[in-house]
Amino acid sequence: MKRIYSVFVENRPGVLCKVTGLFSRRDFNIDSLAVGETEDPSISCMTIVSSGDIRTVEQIEKQLNKKLDIIKVKTFDELSCVSRELILVKVRIKKDRDNRREIMEICELLSAEIVDMSKNQMMIQMCDTTERISLLIKMLQSISIVEVARTGTLALSKCTD
Amino acid sequence: MIGADAIIKCLEAENIEVVFGYPGMAIAPFFNSIRDSSIRPILVRSEQNAAHAASGHARINGKAAVCVVTSGPGATNVITGIATAFADSIPLVCITGQVNSELIGSDVFQEADITGAVESFVKYSYLVKDANDIPRIFKEAFFIANTGRRGPVVIDIPVDVQLATVKNYSYPAEITMRTYKPTVKGHAVQIKKVTGELARAKRPIICVGGGIHLSGAASELRDFAERYQVPVVSTMMGIGALPTRHPLYFGMVGNNGKNYANRALDESDLLIMVGARLADRAVNRPEHITKGKILIHIDVDTAEIGKNAGPTIPLVGDAKQIFHQLRELECELTIKHDDWVTTLENYRETMKRTRTPNPAYVDPAVFIRLLADKMTDDSIYVADVGQNQIWSCTYYIVRGGRFLTSGGMGTMGYALPAAMGAKVAAPDRQVVAVCGDGGFQMSMMELATICQHDIPVKIIVFKNNSLGLVREYQHHAYDDRYSCVDLDGSPDLCQIAAAYGLTFLRLHDMNEAEMMIDSFLANDKSVLMECMIDPLDLVKER
Repeated sequence: MKRIYSVFVENRPGVLCKVTGLFSRRDFNIDSLAVGETEDPSISCMTIVSSGDIRTVEQIEKQLNKKLDIIKVKTFDELSCVSRELILVKVRIKKDRDNRREIMEICELLSAEIVDMSKNQMMIQMCDTTERISLLIKMLQSISIVEVARTGTLALSKCTD
Repeated sequence: MIGADAIIKCLEAENIEVVFGYPGMAIAPFFNSIRDSSIRPILVRSEQNAAHAASGHARINGKAAVCVVTSGPGATNVITGIATAFADSIPLVCITGQVNSELIGSDVFQEADITGAVESFVKYSYLVKDANDIPRIFKEAFFIANTGRRGPVVIDIPVDVQLATVKNYSYPAEITMRTYKPTVKGHAVQIKKVTGELARAKRPIICVGGGIHLSGAASELRDFAERYQVPVVSTMMGIGALPTRHPLYFGMVGNNGKNYANRALDESDLLIMVGARLADRAVNRPEHITKGKILIHIDVDTAEIGKNAGPTIPLVGDAKQIFHQLRELECELTIKHDDWVTTLENYRETMKRTRTPNPAYVDPAVFIRLLADKMTDDSIYVADVGQNQIWSCTYYIVRGGRFLTSGGMGTMGYALPAAMGAKVAAPDRQVVAVCGDGGFQMSMMELATICQHDIPVKIIVFKNNSLGLVREYQHHAYDDRYSCVDLDGSPDLCQIAAAYGLTFLRLHDMNEAEMMIDSFLANDKSVLMECMIDPLDLVKER
């Protein structure tokens, strides 16, 4: 099963290493990882997506809570949160068969944006769920991708009243 | 005041009277400052043993002990000692010197990233960058080591920070850490569930681990067990939580434990684990332990509960505190446990393993029993690792003293330095280290330390000229195809003892055992006693 952990940590050097070290030491998976400062500059939030059986996902939360640089851990499944990834993709425009139109169509259909271009290349940006990001990659693969940069998943639990 | 002086002040504020260590350039300011203090530095002969000595000290003294080593190889040598303490949840504060702050990361002479290297073996670690942080960091380090699930904390201090000026030194009275708030008190609802289950249980049993010693809950355990007539078994780390000959004590569990203890565990309908991890050595197949019984798991570390087996009732908190909370609740037993206790007594009588000792050698079983009977009531017995450890666990009798060993990590060579630390913590108590000839040779250099600092530790070496437990394993698992277990080339211990000016005794067989143990224990100096053990002797006959 998949779990998303929002891990609030002391914003200090070495903390990322301690957290990822815990995952490798205990043979837990990291499917995706995203780190950034929160509204309080002394606290960073690490969003970690992991998977495993029920005992493993429970242990991950408990072991994270044991680490002294971790302030708070929030755990949720995919349904109880809104999650997004950001991707930047550079694609090659083939001169022989002017495929710019094709690229723009894909972008339009998936609400992706073209953020940079040259005579031979285009850069596409998209912020969406993991599944739709993967779909974008799949669609662009036929066009020849030059390179891809993709963030880990970011997630927040759904709004409450 | 400079950083090094501040470190000493912090240690004094924590009532530290002794440090175990080994100097070097990167820790030179500390060893200079300690001369102006009443703290006693004990120079060991290898850094690993500084940590083991501190571990022995902490286990007897009940609070974190300190070891101090230099950067690079000094720091890396201490890692095994730190990992050993971590595995057994022993509180240590380990101070390591570090190269000049500006040079960190440039691979200069004797530089090692020690905080990085020990990350998975410490409860926490610090790299001190500003001398003014020293008081806060030390206050936190001792608090972290001594509370919650105890454990080692490393403080890495660059040499320039030790030399930097500290402005307005003051040792903080309070701690403010938003990330660390250990649970001490048990949840009232869970406590109530425990008494509820106890009231209904027909065949309850308590299995205790090292957590009882760490929280100082031995008398509370005894009170609880006696009040409700609940039998007690223990893990290796829990030995001595209840005196061995207490009528309600039914031995050590696990693959090296007593068969009647394991049977008691199996047949119980309510198992209360206290301060034990349910690790593989104690419980062979933890996933099966919950079958047909209620499991209550009491531990100070939330993560231990449910890690190896899912409990019916998880209860997080300090063992001592929880026994006090349980005491406050009245629990009316619906079924008396007398029949259950009688059944277990019967198992204890009838399920004794018989040994077939070779009369040409010392029989470790009879020898350890005899030794235990002759030792004082509050004595400290430190077992090393190997066959000697299993025999010690099986045959040693704890009355009011302690039984120490490296249970989690199984670090060979632990006994001698740990006994040294224990003796420093309790100079008036009898301390005996029991090792094999393999483990002894891993820390034999510490004979110099006990001579130099006049620490009268009694040492027994079981000599069978082989790495007995590995040999035994190769006997069973590899059909006597022995590989690298022969200890030929080992020194004559009589001459080793003479070289250090120690009294030496050699026991060939059981004929003179009693007389020799008497003279061994009567001597108020360190004594080295060698017992000749049959190389073919096994801890487990199949």
